[in-house]
Amino acid sequence: MDFLRIQPIHLDVLREIGNIGAGHAATALSTMLNKAVDMKVPSVNVISFEEISEMVGGAENVVASVFLRIVGDAPGCMFFMLPVEQAEQLLEDLLVGQTVKLTNGEESDISLSALQEVGNILSGSYLTSFSDFTGLNLQPSVPATSIDMAGAILSFGLFEISTVSDYAIVIDTAFTDIERQDEVKGHFFLLPDPLSFSKIFQALGVPLDE
Amino acid sequence: MSEIIKVGIADINLVSPPNTIRTTGLGSCVGVILFDQVKKIAGMAHIMLPDSSLSKTPTLNEGKYADTAIKSLYNMLIKRGANGKALKAKIAGGAQMFKFSSGSEMMRIGPRNVERVKEELSALKIPLLASDVGGSSGRTIEFNPENTLLTIKTVNAGTKVI
Repeated sequence: MDFLRIQPIHLDVLREIGNIGAGHAATALSTMLNKAVDMKVPSVNVISFEEISEMVGGAENVVASVFLRIVGDAPGCMFFMLPVEQAEQLLEDLLVGQTVKLTNGEESDISLSALQEVGNILSGSYLTSFSDFTGLNLQPSVPATSIDMAGAILSFGLFEISTVSDYAIVIDTAFTDIERQDEVKGHFFLLPDPLSFSKIFQALGVPLDE
Repeated sequence: MSEIIKVGIADINLVSPPNTIRTTGLGSCVGVILFDQVKKIAGMAHIMLPDSSLSKTPTLNEGKYADTAIKSLYNMLIKRGANGKALKAKIAGGAQMFKFSSGSEMMRIGPRNVERVKEELSALKIPLLASDVGGSSGRTIEFNPENTLLTIKTVNAGTKVI
């Protein structure tokens, strides 16, 4: 992937994907929780592998995550990730009356299943709007969940890109719960495979200069 | 004052006492430590991929691939005065963070990294003294060149020393 060919217009296009995709996902989350969810302006960055982990509090920070592969016209990886305490809070809001623990072997099947379902719904709505917006045929794989160190989880999404570059283009959208300002803070990361970028730009009418 | 030397993703670094060396958040990546216990010099590589033939870039980041990273770490240690015949190895990592029913080759990257690391070590005739590989937990590892102990911390499976 030759990042030098990417112009500001291309980053704007990717930011718009993050905006529309995460916008739909935030709406879905808001409906699920029956409360307002605030979304930050998406950021699109060309960053080193180290810096990606820094975005979620460092490689060692423990996060709850849902990961899925995007298959179809523009393959890639998607992560829905949030700090573990906040994932517990989110699930307690959903599973009314239950205390949710996600670490130290205290996690119940129902809470893991609920986490996976939240990830499924949110990434599904993100991906559907991404697909509608670009006209590309995109399908999610079955999502997988993991509660572990952010660096260990994120590296899983970097293998495709790491054969061609030491940097990745990351489309990041953070969101917060309006009532508990900054408390529930999750991230959507979209990491298209290297060869997918030209397809995305082509589909949106801003092809890369050959 | 001792320091902790950091090793990033696809990175290689050397250490000698009283300092220690560490890398954080190993998932399917593998941390390889080579050390000379007599001269008290050690080095660590944080490997992402099994083989440099996977690279599609004109310039190769040697620290990223098992084959090139181990050779390069070996050469760095020799240059620093280590005895090639005395070098020994410890490794950790190579987990499978997510499980998929339809496992493609890319998804099996952890075990492939571990296999390739072991091949490379035996090609260089470096004995592998201890390893903590596989499973589904991320690891943070720290090596002390003074006593050659490797401390492995995980979120879900506790801490161990090998």
